[in-house]
Amino acid sequence: MAELRNFTINFGPQHPAAHGVLRLVLELDGEVVERADPHIGLLHRATEKLAEHRTWLQSVPYMDRLDYVSMMCNEHAYCMAIEKLLGIEPPLRALYIRTMFDEITRILNHLLNIGTHALDVGAMTMVLYTFREREDLIDAYEAVSGARMHAAYYRPGGVYRDLPERMPQYRESKWKDASTVKALNASRSGSLLDYLDDFVTRFPKLIDEYETLLTENRIWKQRLVGIGVVTAERARALGFSGPMLRGSGVAWDLRKKQPYAAYDRVDFDIPVGAEGDSYDRYLVRMEEMRQSNRIIRQCIDWLRANPGPVMTDNAKVAPPSREAMKSNMEELIHHFKLFTEGMHVPEGEAYAAVEHPKGEFGIYLVSDGANKPYRMKIRAPGFVHLSAIDEMTRGHMIADVVTLIGSQDIVFGEIDR
Amino acid sequence: MTAKLDTLAQHLNDRLAELIVTQRTALGELTVEVAVSDYLDLLAVLRDDPDFAFDQLIDLCGVDYSTYRNGVWSGNRFAVVCHLQSIEHNWRLRVRCFAADDAFPVVPSITGLWTVADWFEREAFDLFGIIFPGHEDLRRILTDYGFIGHPLRKDFPVSGHVEMRYDPTQQRVIYQPVSIEPREITPRIVREEKYGTPGHG
Repeated sequence: MAELRNFTINFGPQHPAAHGVLRLVLELDGEVVERADPHIGLLHRATEKLAEHRTWLQSVPYMDRLDYVSMMCNEHAYCMAIEKLLGIEPPLRALYIRTMFDEITRILNHLLNIGTHALDVGAMTMVLYTFREREDLIDAYEAVSGARMHAAYYRPGGVYRDLPERMPQYRESKWKDASTVKALNASRSGSLLDYLDDFVTRFPKLIDEYETLLTENRIWKQRLVGIGVVTAERARALGFSGPMLRGSGVAWDLRKKQPYAAYDRVDFDIPVGAEGDSYDRYLVRMEEMRQSNRIIRQCIDWLRANPGPVMTDNAKVAPPSREAMKSNMEELIHHFKLFTEGMHVPEGEAYAAVEHPKGEFGIYLVSDGANKPYRMKIRAPGFVHLSAIDEMTRGHMIADVVTLIGSQDIVFGEIDR
Repeated sequence: MTAKLDTLAQHLNDRLAELIVTQRTALGELTVEVAVSDYLDLLAVLRDDPDFAFDQLIDLCGVDYSTYRNGVWSGNRFAVVCHLQSIEHNWRLRVRCFAADDAFPVVPSITGLWTVADWFEREAFDLFGIIFPGHEDLRRILTDYGFIGHPLRKDFPVSGHVEMRYDPTQQRVIYQPVSIEPREITPRIVREEKYGTPGHG
């Protein structure tokens, strides 16, 4: 008769499936998890403390580094909170650009999630496919902001600049001959909107491709179906939001229920799960990508037809144009004050939340009228979801812990802040 | 949205006026302030009563008001701020509760009402030193093992108190007092009233 022993094991912080620096202390009975105690904070950078010592504008790039796979959505919540305090409304074109890039970000995030989740669970190929499309969208990030990831593109009052009329081109080199370069540049001959148009036309077929790889895959289903079931009632008590809540059958989406940006002007549906298990959450994310694709298509059409300003004309918030600054004393003073002292935000407090790809991402700001926030609190969806991992893993096998971490879409930048 | 907020404000006024210290609507958000003694009672009603049905605790955080407007704050120093949301009614509410004692801030734990409060309260304890009686596992969460101090308090310097380095003679990682000078690139400015208006010096 074999002797049974209980173990306490340390999962991470440098485990490839821990999605960053998660240290998970697991108490096991054989292979069954009895208790999971996540130790977080290994990536803690005190963003909230730093923000108290930076001007309002200087904190925008810190937002990119919170959830570093959905950069622009983080900026969106921060800018919305400041705009609420200032009482300004960005121009409509800026709202559409934000909507479009939020959805691009959502696709970026879900592609990474599904790719790496499949990788953790054992489907090696998936990540190669999803990263191929991520590359295309990251190029859109780069074209609009100059940075592939940490864009700092949304600013209080609008977006930094209008969409570019020209895409960067590949050039011939030792490694790429003329025909390769021609093929690579085929979709890049027009503006950014043409480039994205080409992408949204191609993308639904590519999602079908992912579905053939995963959705009916026997191993994938064996690893996901019935794992980490959360009822709708528990999901609410645990503070779930986003795909985690919708996977449990609650039709809740801030884009519909508390619309911001231009979401009340575009048409889309909310997918909802039935069982509340990991497989449902996967299906919800897949369908969300299709819906995001729909939204991007509508935004492209609107943005083509409606040129206009992308930044508020409030000189106390938005910097003047370079041209005006060099010919006009008033504008020069505004520029100087904005980038040294920074803008002043009226006294008050505001909470702004966006439907981030992972759930509700909120920024709570307290201002005492200074040129810096008095207090900023980041409400990260991942933090809330990870706190429920103990409840979700109890009674499951140790291999399912990996499935659940992937299914929760954990990214440590936002959890540790 | 504003009509909804008015309904909620009206409900609060009618039903819970004796539990609420102040109630205020600003920027499209409703904020109520509650005394520590009524904190648990108020939140229990807000969660369970179908008129309010706040089934989700979205956020809970600490705030240190000691240097508000460069130090003119006269009330209690530490507050706990909760953001509630009702999926059924689709409305939000902010509840603020000041801890009575500045030297030993204590606010009762609400983990019994919303499970999600567990980590939020650990975070507020870690970063502000607010104690939550009733919390079963009040450990530090974000800072290092063996960390001393509460880093989001206003009297905690942004550079911290200790720094870590590898000591080749002892062949291990050691802590020592910070060697970087505190510096402030952009000073914090709260403008005086009527700043920028005509006739103002």
